[in-house]
Amino acid sequence: MADEKGPVEIVQTPVELDYTYTAGQAATRFLKGVEQGKFLGQRCPVDGLVYVASRGSSPKHGVPTGPDTVEVSDKGTLISFSIVRIPSANLSVEPPFAAISVLLDGADSHLMHVLDECPLEEVRMGMRVEAVWLPKDQWTASMQNVTHFRPTGEPDAPFDSYKDHL
Amino acid sequence: MAELCGVVGIGQTEHRAARTDVSMAGLLREAAERALEDAQLTWKDIDAVVIGKAPDLFEGVMMPELFLAEALGGAMKPMLRVHTAGSVGGSTGIVAASLVQAGIHDRVLCVAWEKQSESNAMWALTISMPFSVAVVAGAGGYFAPLIRGYIRRSGAPDDTGIRVALKDRLNALKNPYAHLQIPDVTFEQIEQSPMLWDPIRYLETCPSSDGACAMVLSSERLAEQAPTRPAWVHATAMRSEPTMFAGRDQVIPRASLDNAKALYEKAGITNPRQQIDVAEIYVPFSWFEPMWMEGMLFAPTNEGWKMTYEGATAMDGDMPINPSGGVLSSNPIGASGLLRFAEAAMQVRGQAGEHQVDGARKALGHAYGGGSQYYSTWIVGSDKP
Repeated sequence: MADEKGPVEIVQTPVELDYTYTAGQAATRFLKGVEQGKFLGQRCPVDGLVYVASRGSSPKHGVPTGPDTVEVSDKGTLISFSIVRIPSANLSVEPPFAAISVLLDGADSHLMHVLDECPLEEVRMGMRVEAVWLPKDQWTASMQNVTHFRPTGEPDAPFDSYKDHL
Repeated sequence: MAELCGVVGIGQTEHRAARTDVSMAGLLREAAERALEDAQLTWKDIDAVVIGKAPDLFEGVMMPELFLAEALGGAMKPMLRVHTAGSVGGSTGIVAASLVQAGIHDRVLCVAWEKQSESNAMWALTISMPFSVAVVAGAGGYFAPLIRGYIRRSGAPDDTGIRVALKDRLNALKNPYAHLQIPDVTFEQIEQSPMLWDPIRYLETCPSSDGACAMVLSSERLAEQAPTRPAWVHATAMRSEPTMFAGRDQVIPRASLDNAKALYEKAGITNPRQQIDVAEIYVPFSWFEPMWMEGMLFAPTNEGWKMTYEGATAMDGDMPINPSGGVLSSNPIGASGLLRFAEAAMQVRGQAGEHQVDGARKALGHAYGGGSQYYSTWIVGSDKP
């Protein structure tokens, strides 16, 4: 019942969830590669496109990827980006920063990461970028091994080379 | 031949940043009672209840349907919950309509909602996975690169998004239920608002809202006896695709185009821009108006922005989009799709008040969700199909 202080309108009841993640074969393959400083993917047997990280199946054709493993480069093309200026819980970086989609050379699927060592106003589509790795003795089976991406300084990739990946 | 289905009752709450005056159950009941009142029906006239909301993590309440059943008159009646991420409001309307069209129930109540003040959807959307880094910062962070892709591909002028936001914010001033009301809003005010996820500005973004929407759908026989002219369901369509696959067009995904084609084919529409009088389209970030003009085949590829630019999507244009102010003005996530469907029905029933499009007889409601991967749409008309 409401008293002179008024009704109780809201109560904070924090919930904490800790997950134990079972990587499975596909993620294990990818993470074991990252542990060695490599990006490993697999091909869709129907269209030959390379997924990095492969989740074990081709989302487009509904068949297992592989069986062979394909190593792709840790260099690639920045195909799109956003400058994030708003803070949010769970973010692994402090805003403002450039959140980028990278198409690694040799891969047909892209990944999201952070671009650093580059003024925000110079970030652009088509930029050539490369992964920056932690010192080798700190490598684990985790994407934390790659701290960020940075520009390689190579000439920009032409729009036609990545326009079908937007 | 399926049964005909008509919308006979529509209700929505005032959408606000925090509705601390009502519980979640109270919020839903407010919308549902308004829909029943509009239909001049009572709880006992309802045969089944269909509800929809965004993923549970958005409010931190697991399986809310269990504790909401009684508040929605669902005890001892069939009750279904629908899940399709942000498009869920639309899918909820479609599931309710299909129960009537299949001849299973005569009158179905559908309700969709979100009480964002009890939650942190941005937190829930910024999730960390073992093989990726958390960099997207909510839905805006996810969609900003797609918008940039659209701008680059179409060559749209940089201020297209500002124009969309200005139109929808002015429209919202005519809708008493709309959450964000900015009197005398100007182009400059939107242009100068902070960039949150470049190229998305603060005033080109939807708010976080508490709100609910409800509709009563009836079979043909009962809809004909309704006190107010029903909105007849002419066609519904749903399509989806995976979030990620190599070579996926994320800007105008195939599921969107397939959905549009299926919808128009069912409704006998060959020229949507000419044959549809008004549309309520899911536009949570301003740039999605031109994108969905293409994704819903109102405009040729790379030319959706021209419709915005030429004023075609304004209230007095040839293809009014979001006269209610749209998702940019109210975003109770789970309800947002059902609001688009309900607003379309309000237009063809002549119920939209100050934001009524004169003479609207055929209207389209649209919702999308996930990583632009779930689509739900319907077309309703003043006349039977």
